[in-house]
This record gives sequence, C-alpha cells and structure tokens, in this order.
Amino acid sequence: MATLELRNVNKSYGSGLPDTLKNIELKIDSGEFLILVGPSGCGKSTLMNCIAGLEQISGGAILVDDADISGMSPKDRDIAMVFQSYALYPTMNVRDNIAFGLKIRKMPAAAIDEEVARVSRLLQIEHLLGRKPGQLSGGQQQRVAMGRALARRPKIYLFDEPLSNLDAKLRVEMRTEIKLMHQRLKTTTVYVTHDQIEAMTLGDKVAVMKDGLIQQFGTPQQIYNDPANLFVASFIGSPPMNFIPLRLQRREGRLQALLDSGQARCELPLGLSEAGLEDRDVILGIRPEQISLAPTEANGLPGIRAEVQITEPTGPDLLVFVTLNQTKVCCRLAPDIPARVGDSLTLQFDPARVLLFDAASGERLGVVGSPPASTGKVAQFKGR
Amino acid sequence: MTTAIAQRRATPLDALQRWLPKLVLAPSMLIVLVGFYGYILWTFVLSFTNSSFMPSYKWVGLAQYARLMDNDRWWVASKNLLVFGGLFIAISLVVGVLLAVLLDQRIRREGFIRTIYLYPMALSMIVTGTAWKWLLNPGLGLDKLLRDWGWEGFRFDWLVDPDRVVYCLVIAAVWQASGFVMALFLAGLRGVDSSIVRAAQVDGASLPTIYLRIVLPSLRPVFFSALMILAHIAIKSFDLVAAMTAGGPGYSSDLPAMFMYSFTFSRGQMGMGSASAILMLGAILSILVPYLYSELRGKRHD
Amino acid sequence: MTRASLHPARIAIYATLLAACALYLIPLLVMLLTSFKTPEDIRAGNLLSWPEVVTGIGWIKAWDTVGGYFWNSVKITVPAVLISTLLGALNGYVLSMWRFRGSQLFFGLLLFGCFLPFQTVLLPASFTLGKLGLASTTTGLVLVHIVYGLAFTTLFFRNYYCSVPEALVRAARLDGAGFFTIFGRILLPMSVPIIMVCLIWQFTQIWNDFLFGVVFASGDAQPITVALNNLVNTSTGVKEYNVDMAAAMIAGLPTLLVYVLAGKYFLRGLTAGAVKG
Repeated sequence: MATLELRNVNKSYGSGLPDTLKNIELKIDSGEFLILVGPSGCGKSTLMNCIAGLEQISGGAILVDDADISGMSPKDRDIAMVFQSYALYPTMNVRDNIAFGLKIRKMPAAAIDEEVARVSRLLQIEHLLGRKPGQLSGGQQQRVAMGRALARRPKIYLFDEPLSNLDAKLRVEMRTEIKLMHQRLKTTTVYVTHDQIEAMTLGDKVAVMKDGLIQQFGTPQQIYNDPANLFVASFIGSPPMNFIPLRLQRREGRLQALLDSGQARCELPLGLSEAGLEDRDVILGIRPEQISLAPTEANGLPGIRAEVQITEPTGPDLLVFVTLNQTKVCCRLAPDIPARVGDSLTLQFDPARVLLFDAASGERLGVVGSPPASTGKVAQFKGR
Repeated sequence: MTTAIAQRRATPLDALQRWLPKLVLAPSMLIVLVGFYGYILWTFVLSFTNSSFMPSYKWVGLAQYARLMDNDRWWVASKNLLVFGGLFIAISLVVGVLLAVLLDQRIRREGFIRTIYLYPMALSMIVTGTAWKWLLNPGLGLDKLLRDWGWEGFRFDWLVDPDRVVYCLVIAAVWQASGFVMALFLAGLRGVDSSIVRAAQVDGASLPTIYLRIVLPSLRPVFFSALMILAHIAIKSFDLVAAMTAGGPGYSSDLPAMFMYSFTFSRGQMGMGSASAILMLGAILSILVPYLYSELRGKRHD
Repeated sequence: MTRASLHPARIAIYATLLAACALYLIPLLVMLLTSFKTPEDIRAGNLLSWPEVVTGIGWIKAWDTVGGYFWNSVKITVPAVLISTLLGALNGYVLSMWRFRGSQLFFGLLLFGCFLPFQTVLLPASFTLGKLGLASTTTGLVLVHIVYGLAFTTLFFRNYYCSVPEALVRAARLDGAGFFTIFGRILLPMSVPIIMVCLIWQFTQIWNDFLFGVVFASGDAQPITVALNNLVNTSTGVKEYNVDMAAAMIAGLPTLLVYVLAGKYFLRGLTAGAVKG
C-alpha cells in the first residue's frame, strides 16, 4: 500500500473561468482511508479524476510513495477506481469484467484465474461469474465493480460515490462491508461522497471541500467537534448545527451572548475576552445534541425557558424546535420526554461546546471552552 | 520534508496515445473541409467566371447570375420548385399525419400496415419515377384502366401536358415520402404523455378534438423536423424528374437540380451551372438558418 | 386484449387504412404484372389485367440489358458501405468520448454537411476525380460515396455513443486499455444495433443513388440506376414496357429485400437522422 500526497494542486479549465481546484494540499499515510466530501460542484470528483490521471492538473504535484506521478497516463499509475454507475463492461460476463485489466497487463492465464477466484470469494460473487452485468442487481454490480478494482491490487483505490445509486438499506449494508474490507486489506483509499454520514463513519481522515478549496482536513472527530468555519459546521452533522446570529456583549471585561426565547432571557458566558469582538456580527453555533433539558436540581449551567413549536419524534430521539433570538433552534432530546407543541421547556447549554463564527467571513472565532484536539492540520481556514 | 522525487518519464507511446484521437479524426476532418466546404467555395468561385465547357478563371462578376435571371428555363424550374415543393410538402404532411393518427388507434396488425406504407422509401427515385411514368402513361396507363372499368371517355394526359406535368411529379413524390412522415409522427404520437390525453378525456373532449387541439400541437418539433426533411428532398429532387419526365415536355417540368445538371454537364455552361448550384444552396440555407436560429432561441427559453 | 367494438368509426378507420394500403401497393403490383406480359398483351390489356400468358421474356431481355450494371452497383455499394460505416464509427467514437478543442466545431460542420445540396460539389469533385485518373470508374464513385456518406455515418455513431456512459471509457482507461482497445473490445461489441442501422441506411442510399452515378460514372462503370434510366428514357425504338418494368424491379429488388428483412433498422435510421434534425 502506498502513501498519497497532493502538493499545491491546481486545476483550471481555461482562461476566464474560475479554477476548479485551488491549492489542494493533502497527505495520507499508507493504508489510510481518506474521504473527500462536499456539495455538488465542489470539485471532489475532479480531484479524484486528477489523482487517477483521467484529467491533467494545471499546477502542483501528485505523489505516490514520494514519486511524482503527475505526468503519467492512467494506466501507468497503478490506481483502481470504483465508479458511481459501476461502469461494468456490458458485453462481457462478470469473470471477464474482473479479468479485463489483468489481461491487458498480460498476466498469465493461470494467475488471472487465481485472482478472479480470490476476489470473487472475498466479495461473495462466485455464483455470478458467468452472468452479464445486465442480469445483476445494483448491489451485485457494486460488488463486481469492487472486485474489478481489487483484482488489480493497485497502490491506491479510488471510490467515486459508489453507494449513491443504491437504496437506503443496501447503502447501509455496503457501507459496513466497505469498512470491513478496508480493515482487512488495509488499502490506501480515497473515497468521494456527498453523504456526510458516510464521511463520518468510513474515514480515517476527512477533507471537506467547497468551490475547489479544502475547507478543512482532519479526522472525523476534529471536523465534527472543531469545524474551521461555518460551512464545515453546517455541512457535517445531522440534524445540522443550529446557527443563531447575534451580537456579543461585554460584561465586566468578559464576553457573553444574550439569548431571548420570547418568554425568558439568558446570558451565556463565553470564555473569550478579545477586544473588539463585541463590535462584530457573530453567529453562535450549537449542535442539537448539545442542548438538553435542564435537570430539576440546578447544576450551574445556564438555561432558558422556551416554548415548543414543533416536535419531531424520530424513534431514537425527540427533536424539539424552539425559537431563540427569532431563529429556529433544534434540540435533540431523549425520546421519552413529554413535550407537546405549546409546552414550555427549560433548556440548558454547555458553554464549553458553543462555537462562535464571524458572520461576514464564516470563520471560526477562537475556540470557546476547552481547546480542540491538537493533532492533524486544522488548516486552510479559507472558507467563504 | 523533501525526499527525492522520482519522476517517470512520459514515453513516446504515451504521447501517441494523447494524439491518437486527433490523428484518427484528421483524415475525416480533411475530407470534410475539402470535399464539403472547399468544393462549395470552388463552385462559388466558378459561378463568377465565364467557364463553359472547361473551367476558366476569368472573372466576370455577376454575369452568370444575370444570365440565369434572364433564362426562361430557370424561371420555369424555380416556379416548378415552389409549386412542386409546396404541394409535395403539404400533401405529404396531411397524408402522413392522417395515417399516423389512424394507426395510433390500437389497430391490429399495425406493424404490417406500417411496413406497407413505408416501403416506397426503400426504393430509388428512379424506380419510383419509372413506375409512375408507366402508371400515368397517357393512353395505356391509368386512363385505360378506368376506361376498361367503365368510365367511358376518361382521359389522363397530365404527363404530356406542360401545364399539369408538375402535378404528376407531386403524385409520385407523395407516394414515396408520405410513409416517412407517417413513421415520424407515429413515433412522436407514441411519445405523447398519455396522462394529458386522459385529463382531456376526463374534461369531456372528444377524440378528434383531443388530437387537433392537444396532441398534434404538442408535436410541433416533429412537424418542423418533417418539414425540414421534406423541403430538403424537394430541393434536391433530380432523380424523380430524370426518370419521369426528363424535364419535359420541353422543359415544363424542369427543376433546379435538373437544370444545374443539364447546363453544367450536357450543355457545357459550367459558369451558369455553378451559379444555379449556389442559388440552390441559398434556398436550403434560407430554410435551415431560421430553423436553427429558432431552435437555439427555443432552447435558451427553456 | 379486449376487441375494440365494431363501431362505425372503427370500420371507417380500417377502411381508410386498407384503402391506403391498396394505393401504396398498386404501383408495385402493376410493375410486376406488366413485367410478365408481352408487349402486345400490354397494349391490349390495362394496368391491372392479368397476363394472357405469363412470360419471362421481359425479364430476360431486361437482365441482358442492365444485368451487367447490376454487378457494377454491387461493386460500388459494398465497399462504400463498409468503409463509410467503419470511418463513421471511428469518428463517432472520437467525437463522443475523446472531446478536444475543435471537435465540437467539427461536429457542427459535419451536421451542416448533411444538408448540402450535392449540386454544389459536383463540378469540383469531377475535376478532382479527373486529376486522380478516376473519372468514370467504379473506384471513383466509391470514393465519392464514402466522402459524402461520412456526415451521416458519423452522425449515427456519435449520437449512439453519446448515450454510452463516459464512466465506461474511464474504467477501461484505468484498466489500462488504450484508444483502439477500448474501441474494439468494449464499444464495438455494444454497437451492433447502430452498425445495422448504418449499414442498411448506407446500402439504401448508395444503391439507390442516381445523381453521383450519372455525373461520375457514365458508361461502363455506371450503376444500375443510371442504366435503368437510360433504358426507360430512350427515344429510339419501340417502347417495351415489360422490359422497362422488369428492369425497374431488378434495380429495386435489393433495397426492397433489405427493407423487408430488416425494416426496423431502416426505420431507426430514418428517425435517428430526423430526430436530430
């Protein structure tokens, strides 16, 4: 397995058009699983095509095991790809599909048969070897596509939204299988998805992309707990983070946020004291699961009384929507809490988990509460 | 951290692969540029020269075009094109649409019937012309048949009547091409969203009304496709005239394509012939360009 | 399927359709009947009268006159169809899967070329053939048909390949396949329907052609359409309509046969060209 490094990679499609990829810097170690996640048009598929050599980069370098492969054609890069549409050769049966790349590389027939056998056993598709792709279900085609990639034993595996065409249940199953396979085979993998659940569950490292830039690169936990900007914070997490626009107040030299639910007010102390912050429009970010029902005995955490406007029981949780500072706020509570529309609940916040963002630039302002986990690059705060 | 960066050199074979698509396309590109556009330009140039039996490159300005305008036969040919083209397109459209609508009514053996309507398209216009020339033969053809069947004194000599011979061309051409119009519209009708028809039925509309007011208007793109292709066939009509009438009697059934051939290759008037070819191109462009323009504009509105 | 009730409307519909069938078939019937009569029989009877004596002399004389040219047509049509189809497939492949600057423009030029009135290229083409020493030869005619069929065949294949997902070609490239391997091992096996359409369309167009035949290959090299026209339009001698009709049948049978056997591909060719406009 190989290391992959992207150094200052740029891609543009011509003068006059904005760059599709801007200054991409990434590094993953051998055996790591990197997720590229972002909305449509963010450039993740383009980046993947560049790594594969299907498109040429305009600047920078792509290094595999410290060797620059930027000038090589796709077939020499020793990279295999699993496509969203599976891209199986329709006129060949499953066996020939898997063997195609090996035949081109002039592998001896006996070795090819061994590889096909190994891979089909691994993916449990032995019984499908004689069938044509048109006779397979979506999930089966998916496995064959993976088998085709595995048979090549490449240095790097690329997955381009492989689960998007599957139904929800199958998607969850295949997700687990991919994770298991990665644990077994320890393959260096780059995986593109727009689904943030896949990003969180599958990746060792995650790169969140928008408009051709990497907004943040780190472990899933870092991305989740320590988003670098508004976009990353809003993109990861379901239900999404609550954003409350407000202005900070300075009281006795310390900054605090004033929350108003219409029924009550609450002053949320923040651990920042930088000068000038109270003059800026800021956005307070707090995740739904970080808002809880205040316990009967006071525990020192700030709380506020608010009227329940919508309830959404999801089974494992109860989502309760209230209004704070004229903004709809989602709270994730335990499912057995008796809350109905119109009831008033006292909600409490953990100020240590509250995040602050600059309203104009979207960048994260300092870190509120405990410092973030230190390793990994929480780099490129260039979001906008 | 800067470890030694090894770079695999691109081999000449890689460069070849990158150039291969362009190389493969190149001969065809050349053929098209020369054989299509280059030759059109050449003809265009010739139309401004005084070429007759052999090409010459002596510039005479618009003289050949002037001679065309003065040429009675060219006027006859042009007028014939309008009459022939207009009737041919109109009748083919009506017949084709009618047959398509009828066939759309869940007919048994629809495929078989369709095959019969369409088979004339598989024939050469020469064969069609030959067949209809015989069918409309004054004295032995249609009129003899009807006389034998009891219609005493029926005469049909349109084929030799200078004023009516063009209609014979129309009959043969409609016979050949209406099946094609039918096929186009049948395909279009099959693509119509059946829920629209059902909504109209629920609203109480009768079937003819539904076809006239809802279904056929929605097939405007098919209309235009058919129109374009029929117009194209009409303007290029040469085989049919050659076989049926050879432009006769005299030159009363001449068409521009026939004129061009005759003047260029039989009468040694290459300059005039080239001019007539360019005018034919102009005629096609005058239909094509507005059509393309409206297509593009339409797309922008979507 | 329930039988639609025998409404007067439905009867009218069937009647109209059947009448139309008759109108379309009668010319063919007449041609056949006439071809099996003697000239005296023709003068005595009428278009639809059954032959007094069913005789093949018309056919024999027709074959004597135009038979040689039948083989000319074969010699012209077969190579032209095969080569223009192959070139069209390669071009369509490049235009749909290997886009580069200028390929869209070229496609536009090609599309425009489908609408060309051939009158605009006849003269220069005949000059060129003359210079190449190919005037009035079957080879020259084959060349002309290839050149002017290229626009249509490329159109067919390009449109067909555009509906093939690009991911397929990308997967093949990653598997290590090169330009021709992708074409030969992946796309071509998938192309059987469009190859059929193209072959049948080109066969019909080229066999039925008259204009190119009469301009570029008069004389010994002429195709059967030109020979037929010469036969039918001679002003000398007595008109032998049975021979004329038999010759027309000989000229028309190949394409008619192809149509009967493979009509659905023929239809697809017509509508494919039309739908693209």
